[in-house]
Amino acid sequence: MILYDNVSKIYNGGSTTVALQNINLSVEPGEFVSIVGHSGAGKSTLIKLLFAEVIPSEGTVFFGSKEVAKLSQQELRALRRNIGTVFQDFRLLPTKNVYENVAFAMEVAGRSDDDIKADVPHVLELVGVIDKMWNFPHQLSGGEQQRVAIARAIVNQPDVLLADEPTGNLDPINTHDVVNILKKINDLGTTVVLTTHNKVVVDSVGRRVVTMDQGRIIRDDKSGKYTL
Amino acid sequence: MSVWLHSKRIARYGLIGFIRNGFVSLSAILMLTITLFVMAGLVMASAALSSTLKQLNDKVDVNVYFSVKASNDDVQGVKLALEALPDVAQVTYVSPDEALALFRSRHGTDQVTMQALDQLGDNPLGASLSIRAKNTSKYQDIANYLESVQTAALGASITKVNFNQNKTAIQRLSDIIETSRRVGYATVIIFMIASVIIAFNTIRLTIYTARDEIGVMNLVGAGKWYVRGPFMIAGVLYGAIAGLFVVVFLYPFSAWTAPGSDRLFAGAFNTLDFYTSHFLLFFFTLMGTGVALGVLSSFLAIRRYLR
Repeated sequence: MILYDNVSKIYNGGSTTVALQNINLSVEPGEFVSIVGHSGAGKSTLIKLLFAEVIPSEGTVFFGSKEVAKLSQQELRALRRNIGTVFQDFRLLPTKNVYENVAFAMEVAGRSDDDIKADVPHVLELVGVIDKMWNFPHQLSGGEQQRVAIARAIVNQPDVLLADEPTGNLDPINTHDVVNILKKINDLGTTVVLTTHNKVVVDSVGRRVVTMDQGRIIRDDKSGKYTL
Repeated sequence: MSVWLHSKRIARYGLIGFIRNGFVSLSAILMLTITLFVMAGLVMASAALSSTLKQLNDKVDVNVYFSVKASNDDVQGVKLALEALPDVAQVTYVSPDEALALFRSRHGTDQVTMQALDQLGDNPLGASLSIRAKNTSKYQDIANYLESVQTAALGASITKVNFNQNKTAIQRLSDIIETSRRVGYATVIIFMIASVIIAFNTIRLTIYTARDEIGVMNLVGAGKWYVRGPFMIAGVLYGAIAGLFVVVFLYPFSAWTAPGSDRLFAGAFNTLDFYTSHFLLFFFTLMGTGVALGVLSSFLAIRRYLR
Protein backbone atom coordinates (compact mmCIF):
# COMPACT_ATOMS: atom_id res chain seq x y z
CA MET A 1 0.00 0.00 0.00
CA ILE A 2 2.77 2.42 1.00
CA LEU A 3 6.26 1.91 -0.34
CA TYR A 4 9.43 3.90 0.24
CA ASP A 5 11.96 2.78 -2.34
CA ASN A 6 15.51 3.82 -1.47
CA VAL A 7 14.35 7.28 -0.39
CA SER A 8 16.72 10.02 0.74
CA LYS A 9 15.90 13.58 1.69
CA ILE A 10 18.48 16.32 1.95
CA TYR A 11 17.50 19.83 3.04
CA ASN A 12 19.66 22.48 1.44
CA GLY A 13 19.40 25.66 3.46
CA GLY A 14 22.21 27.61 5.09
CA SER A 15 23.79 24.23 5.68
CA THR A 16 23.03 20.82 4.21
CA THR A 17 20.99 18.54 6.46
CA VAL A 18 20.47 14.89 5.64
CA ALA A 19 17.02 14.04 6.99
CA LEU A 20 16.61 10.59 5.44
CA GLN A 21 19.12 8.14 3.94
CA ASN A 22 18.23 5.20 1.72
CA ILE A 23 14.91 4.37 3.33
CA ASN A 24 13.24 1.16 2.20
CA LEU A 25 9.94 0.56 3.91
CA SER A 26 6.57 -0.88 3.01
CA VAL A 27 3.30 -0.66 4.91
CA GLU A 28 0.49 -3.11 4.20
CA PRO A 29 -3.24 -2.27 4.35
CA GLY A 30 -4.67 -2.48 7.84
CA GLU A 31 -1.30 -2.28 9.59
CA PHE A 32 -0.60 -0.15 12.64
CA VAL A 33 3.01 1.02 12.35
CA SER A 34 4.73 3.01 15.06
CA ILE A 35 7.78 4.92 13.84
CA VAL A 36 9.98 5.79 16.77
CA GLY A 37 13.21 7.65 17.27
CA HIS A 38 14.78 10.68 18.87
CA SER A 39 13.97 14.20 17.72
CA GLY A 40 15.66 14.80 14.36
CA ALA A 41 15.68 11.11 13.46
CA GLY A 42 13.61 11.81 10.32
CA LYS A 43 10.19 10.55 11.48
CA SER A 44 8.23 13.66 10.45
CA THR A 45 10.01 13.91 7.09
CA LEU A 46 9.05 10.29 6.44
CA ILE A 47 5.39 11.15 7.09
CA LYS A 48 5.47 14.40 5.07
CA LEU A 49 6.78 12.55 2.01
CA LEU A 50 3.53 10.61 1.89
CA PHE A 51 1.30 13.60 1.20
CA ALA A 52 3.94 15.54 -0.77
CA GLU A 53 4.53 18.27 1.74
CA VAL A 54 8.14 17.24 1.18
CA ILE A 55 9.56 15.85 -2.07
CA PRO A 56 12.32 13.19 -1.93
CA SER A 57 15.83 14.13 -3.05
CA GLU A 58 16.37 10.57 -4.23
CA GLY A 59 14.20 7.47 -4.54
CA THR A 60 10.47 7.15 -4.88
CA VAL A 61 7.46 7.04 -2.59
CA PHE A 62 4.43 5.10 -3.75
CA PHE A 63 0.91 5.31 -2.42
CA GLY A 64 -0.86 2.36 -3.97
CA SER A 65 0.35 2.27 -7.53
CA LYS A 66 0.99 6.01 -7.76
CA GLU A 67 4.29 7.78 -7.30
CA VAL A 68 3.47 10.63 -4.95
CA ALA A 69 6.05 13.14 -6.23
CA LYS A 70 4.76 12.84 -9.79
CA LEU A 71 1.09 13.50 -9.04
CA SER A 72 -0.59 16.50 -10.66
CA GLN A 73 -2.07 19.18 -8.39
CA GLN A 74 -5.51 17.69 -8.84
CA GLU A 75 -4.33 14.14 -8.13
CA LEU A 76 -2.43 15.36 -5.10
CA ARG A 77 -5.54 16.99 -3.67
CA ALA A 78 -7.44 13.76 -4.25
CA LEU A 79 -4.66 11.84 -2.48
CA ARG A 80 -4.75 14.22 0.48
CA ARG A 81 -8.50 13.70 0.78
CA ASN A 82 -7.76 9.99 1.00
CA ILE A 83 -5.18 10.36 3.77
CA GLY A 84 -6.13 11.53 7.24
CA THR A 85 -3.47 13.54 9.03
CA VAL A 86 -3.07 14.36 12.71
CA PHE A 87 -0.26 16.56 14.05
CA GLN A 88 1.23 17.48 17.39
CA ASP A 89 0.04 21.09 16.98
CA PHE A 90 -3.51 19.96 16.00
CA ARG A 91 -3.73 22.28 12.97
CA LEU A 92 -7.40 23.10 13.34
CA LEU A 93 -9.03 26.00 11.53
CA PRO A 94 -9.14 28.66 14.26
CA THR A 95 -12.10 30.63 12.90
CA LYS A 96 -14.29 27.56 12.49
CA ASN A 97 -16.03 25.74 15.31
CA VAL A 98 -15.62 22.02 15.97
CA TYR A 99 -18.53 21.06 13.73
CA GLU A 100 -17.25 23.24 10.87
CA ASN A 101 -13.68 21.95 11.22
CA VAL A 102 -14.84 18.39 10.67
CA ALA A 103 -17.47 19.36 8.10
CA PHE A 104 -14.82 21.22 6.10
CA ALA A 105 -12.95 17.99 5.34
CA MET A 106 -16.22 16.45 4.11
CA GLU A 107 -17.10 19.49 2.06
CA VAL A 108 -13.80 19.52 0.18
CA ALA A 109 -14.38 15.84 -0.54
CA GLY A 110 -17.65 16.83 -2.21
CA ARG A 111 -20.00 15.21 0.30
CA SER A 112 -23.61 16.36 0.45
CA ASP A 113 -25.05 18.53 3.23
CA ASP A 114 -27.20 15.61 4.39
CA ASP A 115 -24.16 13.34 4.72
CA ILE A 116 -22.33 16.04 6.63
CA LYS A 117 -25.22 16.58 9.04
CA ALA A 118 -25.37 12.85 9.71
CA ASP A 119 -21.66 11.99 9.87
CA VAL A 120 -20.10 14.88 11.77
CA PRO A 121 -21.99 14.31 15.05
CA HIS A 122 -21.38 10.60 14.69
CA VAL A 123 -17.61 10.96 14.37
CA LEU A 124 -17.49 13.56 17.17
CA GLU A 125 -19.35 11.06 19.34
CA LEU A 126 -16.74 8.43 18.42
CA VAL A 127 -13.84 10.60 19.60
CA GLY A 128 -15.74 11.91 22.62
CA VAL A 129 -16.17 15.62 21.89
CA ILE A 130 -19.83 15.72 20.87
CA ASP A 131 -20.57 18.10 23.73
CA LYS A 132 -18.05 20.60 22.32
CA MET A 133 -19.53 20.63 18.81
CA TRP A 134 -20.18 24.40 18.72
CA ASN A 135 -17.03 25.45 20.51
CA PHE A 136 -14.07 27.05 18.79
CA PRO A 137 -10.58 25.49 18.97
CA HIS A 138 -9.31 28.13 21.42
CA GLN A 139 -12.09 27.12 23.80
CA LEU A 140 -10.88 23.50 23.93
CA SER A 141 -8.12 21.75 25.89
CA GLY A 142 -5.18 20.18 24.05
CA GLY A 143 -6.70 16.72 24.35
CA GLU A 144 -10.03 17.92 23.00
CA GLN A 145 -8.37 19.70 20.10
CA GLN A 146 -6.48 16.53 19.20
CA ARG A 147 -9.71 14.53 19.27
CA VAL A 148 -11.27 17.04 16.89
CA ALA A 149 -8.21 16.73 14.63
CA ILE A 150 -8.63 12.94 14.67
CA ALA A 151 -12.34 13.31 13.92
CA ARG A 152 -11.50 15.48 10.93
CA ALA A 153 -8.85 13.01 9.79
CA ILE A 154 -11.17 9.99 9.84
CA VAL A 155 -14.50 11.49 8.82
CA ASN A 156 -13.93 10.72 5.14
CA GLN A 157 -12.97 7.14 6.04
CA PRO A 158 -9.48 7.44 4.57
CA ASP A 159 -7.34 4.45 3.64
CA VAL A 160 -4.52 5.72 5.83
CA LEU A 161 -4.29 7.80 8.97
CA LEU A 162 -0.94 9.52 9.51
CA ALA A 163 -0.39 10.68 13.07
CA ASP A 164 2.78 12.74 13.55
CA GLU A 165 3.55 12.99 17.29
CA PRO A 166 -0.17 13.26 18.12
CA THR A 167 0.43 12.93 21.85
CA GLY A 168 3.38 15.31 22.02
CA ASN A 169 1.36 18.10 23.65
CA LEU A 170 -0.94 15.97 25.77
CA ASP A 171 -0.99 14.85 29.41
CA PRO A 172 -0.85 11.08 30.19
CA ILE A 173 -4.62 10.66 30.45
CA ASN A 174 -5.31 12.36 27.12
CA THR A 175 -2.36 10.49 25.59
CA HIS A 176 -3.94 7.22 26.67
CA ASP A 177 -7.32 8.25 25.25
CA VAL A 178 -5.84 9.34 21.92
CA VAL A 179 -3.88 6.10 21.54
CA ASN A 180 -7.04 4.12 22.26
CA ILE A 181 -8.90 6.07 19.59
CA LEU A 182 -6.12 5.35 17.08
CA LYS A 183 -6.26 1.63 17.94
CA LYS A 184 -10.02 1.64 17.53
CA ILE A 185 -9.68 3.30 14.11
CA ASN A 186 -7.12 0.67 13.12
CA ASP A 187 -9.42 -2.08 14.32
CA LEU A 188 -12.06 -0.72 11.96
CA GLY A 189 -9.65 -1.33 9.05
CA THR A 190 -7.80 1.94 8.56
CA THR A 191 -4.02 1.75 8.18
CA VAL A 192 -2.38 3.85 10.88
CA VAL A 193 1.16 5.24 10.74
CA LEU A 194 2.13 6.82 14.05
CA THR A 195 5.34 8.67 14.81
CA THR A 196 6.29 9.19 18.42
CA HIS A 197 9.17 9.20 20.86
CA ASN A 198 6.89 8.26 23.74
CA LYS A 199 7.82 4.80 25.03
CA VAL A 200 4.53 4.37 26.92
CA VAL A 201 2.56 4.96 23.76
CA VAL A 202 4.55 2.50 21.66
CA ASP A 203 4.49 -0.18 24.33
CA SER A 204 0.76 0.19 24.86
CA VAL A 205 0.04 -0.19 21.14
CA GLY A 206 2.15 -3.35 20.87
CA ARG A 207 2.17 -3.54 17.07
CA ARG A 208 4.86 -3.12 14.40
CA VAL A 209 7.64 -0.73 15.45
CA VAL A 210 10.08 0.89 13.03
CA THR A 211 13.00 2.51 14.80
CA MET A 212 14.88 5.38 13.17
CA ASP A 213 18.13 7.06 13.98
CA GLN A 214 19.92 9.82 12.08
CA GLY A 215 17.75 9.42 9.00
CA ARG A 216 18.08 5.63 8.75
CA ILE A 217 15.86 2.72 9.72
CA ILE A 218 17.84 0.76 12.29
CA ARG A 219 15.18 -1.73 13.37
CA ASP A 220 11.83 -3.02 12.11
CA ASP A 221 10.02 -5.30 14.60
CA LYS A 222 6.71 -6.88 13.64
CA SER A 223 5.46 -6.76 17.20
CA GLY A 224 7.84 -4.66 19.09
CA LYS A 225 8.49 -2.42 22.01
CA TYR A 226 10.26 0.90 22.21
CA THR A 227 13.98 0.21 22.33
CA LEU A 228 16.61 2.85 21.66
CA MET B 1 -20.07 18.34 -6.49
CA SER B 2 -22.43 20.77 -8.13
CA VAL B 3 -21.19 24.26 -8.90
CA TRP B 4 -24.13 25.69 -6.95
CA LEU B 5 -23.29 23.73 -3.79
CA HIS B 6 -19.62 24.62 -4.18
CA SER B 7 -20.40 28.33 -4.65
CA LYS B 8 -22.84 28.33 -1.75
CA ARG B 9 -20.24 26.88 0.60
CA ILE B 10 -17.55 29.29 -0.59
CA ALA B 11 -19.88 32.27 -0.10
CA ARG B 12 -20.89 31.04 3.37
CA TYR B 13 -17.29 30.59 4.49
CA GLY B 14 -16.38 33.97 3.02
CA LEU B 15 -19.11 35.63 5.06
CA ILE B 16 -18.28 33.63 8.19
CA GLY B 17 -14.58 34.46 7.86
CA PHE B 18 -15.41 38.13 7.35
CA ILE B 19 -17.52 38.26 10.51
CA ARG B 20 -15.34 36.09 12.73
CA ASN B 21 -12.12 37.88 11.78
CA GLY B 22 -13.78 41.09 12.88
CA PHE B 23 -10.67 43.05 13.74
CA VAL B 24 -8.82 42.06 10.59
CA SER B 25 -11.91 42.89 8.50
CA LEU B 26 -12.23 46.25 10.22
CA SER B 27 -8.58 47.07 9.48
CA ALA B 28 -8.97 46.12 5.83
CA ILE B 29 -12.17 48.16 5.49
CA LEU B 30 -10.52 51.13 7.17
CA MET B 31 -7.53 51.05 4.84
CA LEU B 32 -9.72 50.62 1.76
CA THR B 33 -11.94 53.45 2.98
CA ILE B 34 -8.92 55.74 3.25
CA THR B 35 -7.71 54.62 -0.17
CA LEU B 36 -11.07 55.23 -1.83
CA PHE B 37 -11.48 58.53 -0.02
CA VAL B 38 -8.08 59.69 -1.28
CA MET B 39 -9.12 58.61 -4.79
CA ALA B 40 -12.44 60.48 -4.56
CA GLY B 41 -10.59 63.53 -3.22
CA LEU B 42 -8.16 63.36 -6.12
CA VAL B 43 -11.01 63.12 -8.61
CA MET B 44 -12.59 66.21 -7.03
CA ALA B 45 -9.28 68.08 -6.98
CA SER B 46 -8.69 67.14 -10.59
CA ALA B 47 -12.17 68.31 -11.56
CA ALA B 48 -11.62 71.57 -9.67
CA LEU B 49 -8.33 72.10 -11.47
CA SER B 50 -9.87 71.34 -14.86
CA SER B 51 -12.76 73.66 -14.14
CA THR B 52 -10.43 76.47 -13.11
CA LEU B 53 -8.16 75.93 -16.09
CA LYS B 54 -11.17 75.93 -18.38
CA GLN B 55 -12.38 79.17 -16.89
CA LEU B 56 -8.94 80.69 -17.39
CA ASN B 57 -8.89 79.34 -20.92
CA ASP B 58 -12.24 80.93 -21.62
CA LYS B 59 -10.96 84.31 -20.53
CA VAL B 60 -8.29 84.32 -23.21
CA ASP B 61 -9.28 85.35 -26.73
CA VAL B 62 -7.86 87.02 -29.81
CA ASN B 63 -9.73 89.89 -31.38
CA VAL B 64 -9.64 90.83 -35.05
CA TYR B 65 -10.70 94.37 -35.82
CA PHE B 66 -12.01 95.41 -39.23
CA SER B 67 -12.00 98.85 -40.81
CA VAL B 68 -15.28 100.84 -40.79
CA LYS B 69 -15.42 100.42 -44.53
CA ALA B 70 -15.35 96.63 -44.34
CA SER B 71 -18.53 95.10 -45.69
CA ASN B 72 -20.50 92.52 -43.77
CA ASP B 73 -19.56 89.97 -46.44
CA ASP B 74 -15.83 90.62 -45.82
CA VAL B 75 -16.23 90.02 -42.08
CA GLN B 76 -18.41 86.95 -42.53
CA GLY B 77 -15.88 85.56 -45.04
CA VAL B 78 -13.09 85.80 -42.46
CA LYS B 79 -15.42 84.39 -39.78
CA LEU B 80 -16.23 81.34 -41.90
CA ALA B 81 -12.57 80.81 -42.74
CA LEU B 82 -11.65 80.97 -39.04
CA GLU B 83 -14.44 78.59 -38.04
CA ALA B 84 -13.06 76.08 -40.50
CA LEU B 85 -9.74 75.99 -38.62
CA PRO B 86 -9.44 72.88 -36.41
CA ASP B 87 -7.93 74.79 -33.47
CA VAL B 88 -10.71 77.35 -33.26
CA ALA B 89 -13.40 76.65 -30.67
CA GLN B 90 -15.64 79.66 -31.22
CA VAL B 91 -15.78 82.84 -33.28
CA THR B 92 -18.09 85.60 -32.05
CA TYR B 93 -19.10 88.42 -34.36
CA VAL B 94 -19.39 91.90 -32.87
CA SER B 95 -21.14 94.34 -35.21
CA PRO B 96 -20.15 98.04 -35.34
CA ASP B 97 -23.34 98.97 -33.48
CA GLU B 98 -22.66 96.42 -30.74
CA ALA B 99 -19.06 97.65 -30.51
CA LEU B 100 -20.32 101.23 -30.07
CA ALA B 101 -22.84 100.18 -27.41
CA LEU B 102 -20.14 98.28 -25.58
CA PHE B 103 -17.79 101.26 -25.80
CA ARG B 104 -20.47 103.60 -24.42
CA SER B 105 -21.23 101.28 -21.53
CA ARG B 106 -17.55 101.00 -20.66
CA HIS B 107 -16.77 104.70 -20.91
CA GLY B 108 -20.15 106.11 -19.91
CA THR B 109 -18.68 108.04 -17.01
CA ASP B 110 -15.92 109.60 -19.11
CA GLN B 111 -17.60 112.87 -20.16
CA VAL B 112 -14.78 114.04 -22.48
CA THR B 113 -14.75 110.83 -24.47
CA MET B 114 -18.53 110.74 -24.70
CA GLN B 115 -18.64 114.32 -25.95
CA ALA B 116 -15.94 113.59 -28.55
CA LEU B 117 -17.91 110.54 -29.70
CA ASP B 118 -21.11 112.57 -29.99
CA GLN B 119 -19.32 115.22 -32.04
CA LEU B 120 -18.08 112.63 -34.52
CA GLY B 121 -21.66 111.81 -35.46
CA ASP B 122 -20.87 108.60 -37.37
CA ASN B 123 -19.91 105.35 -35.66
CA PRO B 124 -16.07 105.31 -35.69
CA LEU B 125 -15.87 101.65 -34.70
CA GLY B 126 -15.69 98.80 -37.17
CA ALA B 127 -16.86 95.24 -36.75
CA SER B 128 -14.68 92.76 -34.90
CA LEU B 129 -14.38 89.02 -34.35
CA SER B 130 -13.60 87.50 -31.00
CA ILE B 131 -11.81 84.17 -31.44
CA ARG B 132 -11.52 81.52 -28.77
CA ALA B 133 -9.12 78.64 -29.36
CA LYS B 134 -9.60 75.08 -28.16
CA ASN B 135 -6.28 75.36 -26.38
CA THR B 136 -4.34 78.46 -25.34
CA SER B 137 -1.21 77.13 -27.01
CA LYS B 138 -2.99 77.42 -30.38
CA TYR B 139 -3.41 81.19 -30.36
CA GLN B 140 -0.03 81.67 -32.00
CA ASP B 141 -1.12 79.44 -34.91
CA ILE B 142 -4.38 81.36 -35.27
CA ALA B 143 -2.51 84.69 -35.17
CA ASN B 144 -0.10 83.42 -37.84
CA TYR B 145 -3.07 82.43 -39.97
CA LEU B 146 -4.63 85.86 -39.57
CA GLU B 147 -1.38 87.53 -40.53
CA SER B 148 -1.23 85.42 -43.65
CA VAL B 149 -4.78 86.29 -44.71
CA GLN B 150 -4.25 89.97 -43.89
CA THR B 151 -2.15 90.31 -47.05
CA ALA B 152 -4.65 88.38 -49.14
CA ALA B 153 -7.94 89.65 -50.50
CA LEU B 154 -9.93 87.86 -47.82
CA GLY B 155 -8.34 89.80 -44.96
CA ALA B 156 -7.65 93.12 -46.72
CA SER B 157 -10.09 94.98 -44.43
CA ILE B 158 -8.48 93.74 -41.20
CA THR B 159 -6.94 96.66 -39.35
CA LYS B 160 -5.64 95.01 -36.24
CA VAL B 161 -5.14 91.64 -34.59
CA ASN B 162 -4.56 92.08 -30.87
CA PHE B 163 -2.62 88.87 -30.34
CA ASN B 164 0.79 90.50 -30.46
CA GLN B 165 -0.07 93.00 -27.71
CA ASN B 166 -1.21 90.15 -25.44
CA LYS B 167 1.25 87.60 -26.73
CA THR B 168 3.48 87.41 -23.66
CA ALA B 169 0.58 87.27 -21.24
CA ILE B 170 -1.23 84.61 -23.30
CA GLN B 171 1.86 82.47 -23.64
CA ARG B 172 2.64 82.71 -19.95
CA LEU B 173 -0.90 81.79 -19.09
CA SER B 174 -0.74 78.99 -21.62
CA ASP B 175 2.43 77.68 -19.98
CA ILE B 176 0.90 77.90 -16.50
CA ILE B 177 -2.22 76.06 -17.64
CA GLU B 178 -0.21 73.34 -19.35
CA THR B 179 2.16 72.89 -16.41
CA SER B 180 -0.71 72.85 -13.90
CA ARG B 181 -2.48 70.23 -15.96
CA ARG B 182 0.60 68.00 -16.17
CA VAL B 183 1.51 68.40 -12.49
CA GLY B 184 -2.11 67.83 -11.53
CA TYR B 185 -2.41 64.60 -13.52
CA ALA B 186 0.99 63.35 -12.37
CA THR B 187 0.02 64.00 -8.74
CA VAL B 188 -3.29 62.20 -9.19
CA ILE B 189 -1.57 59.21 -10.79
CA ILE B 190 1.16 59.01 -8.13
CA PHE B 191 -1.33 59.23 -5.26
CA MET B 192 -3.61 56.69 -6.86
CA ILE B 193 -0.75 54.22 -7.33
CA ALA B 194 0.35 54.78 -3.72
CA SER B 195 -3.21 54.23 -2.49
CA VAL B 196 -3.58 51.03 -4.49
CA ILE B 197 -0.28 49.70 -3.15
CA ILE B 198 -1.33 50.48 0.44
CA ALA B 199 -4.71 48.78 -0.07
CA PHE B 200 -3.08 45.76 -1.69
CA ASN B 201 -0.60 45.38 1.15
CA THR B 202 -3.35 45.64 3.74
CA ILE B 203 -5.26 42.79 2.11
CA ARG B 204 -2.00 40.87 1.77
CA LEU B 205 -1.53 41.21 5.51
CA THR B 206 -5.03 39.89 6.20
CA ILE B 207 -4.19 36.82 4.12
CA TYR B 208 -0.78 36.50 5.74
CA THR B 209 -2.50 36.22 9.12
CA ALA B 210 -4.50 33.31 7.71
CA ARG B 211 -1.54 31.48 6.16
CA ASP B 212 -1.69 28.60 8.68
CA GLU B 213 -5.38 28.21 8.02
CA ILE B 214 -4.69 28.09 4.30
CA GLY B 215 -2.01 25.45 4.99
CA VAL B 216 -4.57 23.30 6.80
CA MET B 217 -7.02 23.70 3.92
CA ASN B 218 -4.32 22.50 1.52
CA LEU B 219 -3.56 19.62 3.85
CA VAL B 220 -7.08 18.25 3.81
CA GLY B 221 -7.10 18.40 0.01
CA ALA B 222 -9.21 21.50 -0.58
CA GLY B 223 -9.24 22.67 -4.22
CA LYS B 224 -7.65 25.99 -5.12
CA TRP B 225 -10.97 27.76 -5.53
CA TYR B 226 -12.26 26.28 -2.30
CA VAL B 227 -9.32 27.88 -0.47
CA ARG B 228 -9.20 31.08 -2.49
CA GLY B 229 -12.95 31.69 -2.81
CA PRO B 230 -13.81 32.68 0.79
CA PHE B 231 -10.93 35.17 0.88
CA MET B 232 -12.13 36.71 -2.37
CA ILE B 233 -15.67 36.96 -0.99
CA ALA B 234 -14.23 38.71 2.06
CA GLY B 235 -12.35 41.00 -0.37
CA VAL B 236 -15.66 41.86 -2.08
CA LEU B 237 -17.18 42.70 1.29
CA TYR B 238 -14.19 44.85 2.35
CA GLY B 239 -14.37 46.81 -0.91
CA ALA B 240 -18.16 47.18 -1.03
CA ILE B 241 -18.43 48.34 2.58
CA ALA B 242 -15.49 50.73 2.19
CA GLY B 243 -17.04 52.08 -1.03
CA LEU B 244 -20.36 52.61 0.72
CA PHE B 245 -18.67 54.39 3.64
CA VAL B 246 -16.93 56.78 1.28
CA VAL B 247 -20.09 57.43 -0.77
CA VAL B 248 -21.97 58.31 2.43
CA PHE B 249 -19.12 60.29 3.97
CA LEU B 250 -18.47 62.32 0.83
CA TYR B 251 -21.84 64.08 1.16
CA PRO B 252 -21.18 65.89 4.46
CA PHE B 253 -17.55 66.33 3.42
CA SER B 254 -18.43 68.04 0.16
CA ALA B 255 -21.10 70.14 1.92
CA TRP B 256 -18.50 71.21 4.46
CA THR B 257 -15.93 72.14 1.83
CA ALA B 258 -18.45 73.75 -0.56
CA PRO B 259 -18.16 77.37 0.70
CA GLY B 260 -14.35 77.12 0.76
CA SER B 261 -14.18 75.67 -2.75
CA ASP B 262 -16.51 78.38 -4.00
CA ARG B 263 -14.19 81.06 -2.61
CA LEU B 264 -10.97 79.34 -3.68
CA PHE B 265 -12.03 78.74 -7.26
CA ALA B 266 -13.94 82.00 -7.61
CA GLY B 267 -17.24 80.26 -8.29
CA ALA B 268 -15.75 77.98 -10.92
CA PHE B 269 -16.07 74.89 -8.73
CA ASN B 270 -18.32 73.89 -5.87
CA THR B 271 -17.63 70.51 -4.22
CA LEU B 272 -21.24 69.87 -3.18
CA ASP B 273 -22.64 70.72 -6.61
CA PHE B 274 -20.01 68.55 -8.25
CA TYR B 275 -20.69 65.61 -5.91
CA THR B 276 -24.47 65.73 -6.19
CA SER B 277 -24.41 66.18 -9.96
CA HIS B 278 -22.02 63.23 -10.34
CA PHE B 279 -23.46 61.09 -7.53
CA LEU B 280 -24.18 57.98 -9.59
CA LEU B 281 -20.76 58.14 -11.19
CA PHE B 282 -19.16 58.40 -7.74
CA PHE B 283 -21.34 55.59 -6.38
CA PHE B 284 -20.56 53.07 -9.10
CA THR B 285 -16.90 54.07 -9.45
CA LEU B 286 -16.19 53.88 -5.73
CA MET B 287 -18.09 50.63 -5.22
CA GLY B 288 -16.56 49.12 -8.35
CA THR B 289 -13.03 50.23 -7.48
CA GLY B 290 -13.42 49.02 -3.88
CA VAL B 291 -14.70 45.62 -4.92
CA ALA B 292 -12.10 45.27 -7.67
CA LEU B 293 -9.30 46.23 -5.29
CA GLY B 294 -10.54 43.80 -2.64
CA VAL B 295 -10.99 40.86 -4.99
CA LEU B 296 -7.85 41.41 -7.02
CA SER B 297 -5.67 41.96 -3.95
CA SER B 298 -7.04 38.79 -2.33
CA PHE B 299 -6.57 36.81 -5.52
CA LEU B 300 -2.97 37.92 -5.94
CA ALA B 301 -2.03 37.70 -2.26
CA ILE B 302 -3.28 34.15 -1.78
CA ARG B 303 -1.48 32.72 -4.80
CA ARG B 304 1.76 32.08 -2.95
CA TYR B 305 0.02 30.02 -0.27
CA LEU B 306 -1.73 27.67 -2.68
CA ARG B 307 0.29 24.53 -3.17
